[in-house]
Amino acid sequence: MSPLLAQVEIREREDTCVSDNGFCPDWIADNFDRYVDPFLQHVLLTVVAVAIGFAIAFTLALVAYRHRWLINPVTQVTGVLYTIPSIAAFFLLLPITGRGFVTATIALVAYVLLIIFRNVLTGLDNVPDETKDAGRGMGLTDRQLLWRVEVPLAMPEIMAGLRIAVTTTVGLATLAFFAGAGGLGEQIFADINFKSNVVVAGGLAVALAALLDAAILITQRAITPWTRAAAAR
Amino acid sequence: MNDFFDAIEFIFNEHESPAGGASVGGLSNMWELMWPHLQLSGASMGIACAIAIPLGLWLGHIGKGGFLAINASNVGRAVPTLALIAFFVVFIGVGFWNLTLALVLLAIPPILTNSYTGVRQVDRDTVDSARGMGMTGAQIVRRVELPLALPLIFGGIRISAVNVIATATIAPLAGVTTLGDPIINVNTYGDEGRLAAALVVALLAVVTELALGAVQRAVTPKGLKLEGGAGWRRRAMALPNNRREATT
Repeated sequence: MSPLLAQVEIREREDTCVSDNGFCPDWIADNFDRYVDPFLQHVLLTVVAVAIGFAIAFTLALVAYRHRWLINPVTQVTGVLYTIPSIAAFFLLLPITGRGFVTATIALVAYVLLIIFRNVLTGLDNVPDETKDAGRGMGLTDRQLLWRVEVPLAMPEIMAGLRIAVTTTVGLATLAFFAGAGGLGEQIFADINFKSNVVVAGGLAVALAALLDAAILITQRAITPWTRAAAAR
Repeated sequence: MNDFFDAIEFIFNEHESPAGGASVGGLSNMWELMWPHLQLSGASMGIACAIAIPLGLWLGHIGKGGFLAINASNVGRAVPTLALIAFFVVFIGVGFWNLTLALVLLAIPPILTNSYTGVRQVDRDTVDSARGMGMTGAQIVRRVELPLALPLIFGGIRISAVNVIATATIAPLAGVTTLGDPIINVNTYGDEGRLAAALVVALLAVVTELALGAVQRAVTPKGLKLEGGAGWRRRAMALPNNRREATT
């Protein structure tokens, strides 16, 4: 017996709207609590995967920024990881890492590496040479120049990459239940013919993507005040 | 590793189904699953290109609708593919053409955004000189803007194609039997069948990506190749727009 099928819940079908697989606000109000745990699993999957992916890709980008020959090999390897569909990646990992959160996280991390790596590098490359020269003229060491001038000025691109990574990961995490990691996708899959269920679970996933996207945008505005000053001029 | 050997063996040899009855596995069975997968992906990509490329070129040419063209991708990414398919199943219905429509919606944003950006990033001086040579608007689009935007357009097509092939894997949920069938209906195909399907889907996506990458290089005008040089940048352009203007 497939563990997936075993998880399919048999819902109460007394209400005619529910038994017709309709859209029933009453049912949603009564059953909303069953979506809370999957939602939190979804948030955890997304945040953990993007955080690990960011740590790896950001480090790779900083190294590749100084050692340019690394750019092509890193882009190609992360490009293949980006290309492999997550749903396939989950099953390819199952024999190695087993079912669960770890497998899902590995597949999601693999997917976001290219997005973040590329954006961090583009951001660093876009820092004007004059600005770097000015920094050096002020006596900054390479390390100081990187952290006080180049990384801050690359922030718009870095944050743009993070936004793409987060919204994409929320979407892919809806498939994480195939790897046994739960999430909102499990609810969608459990009763894909029931309108109320699809609307609530699907709607929550879209809302989560929009929410995290907005959170990063607000953070970006807060830490790069000079971009607004430039726009206002 | 034995699981992988079993899966590869499944691709080449027929097996008795764990559920009993019909045999599964083997090349002919894999092809039976792959053919609808390719039909579905091909039909969706064809329709999406026919809509998104002319629209993107036109918006780029007249310089309007940038907000729509650029944000289409952002909105598109925020809707999980599983949710999109599920919305179609409950509100529109199952079947090949309904699912094709869902995949068209999925495929349009990257192609539209890249076609628009592709035209907008054409040097305005180039367009002006074309106009100075007496070209009409339609000629400028066809002979100047389109060729120069082709690398980016194909970048969009690559993203969409890989995404569509990945999403066609969950097509069995909407009543279309594709390579995702062994993944969704594991009782019929067994664990090795499921892993075999995952391997084939991954391979299909990578082959598509490489093939379209080769086409992208082939259609890049010589002048752009000479100017470009840095290979990773061309690759970087193949992904959704990440310019500063898209961040606000």
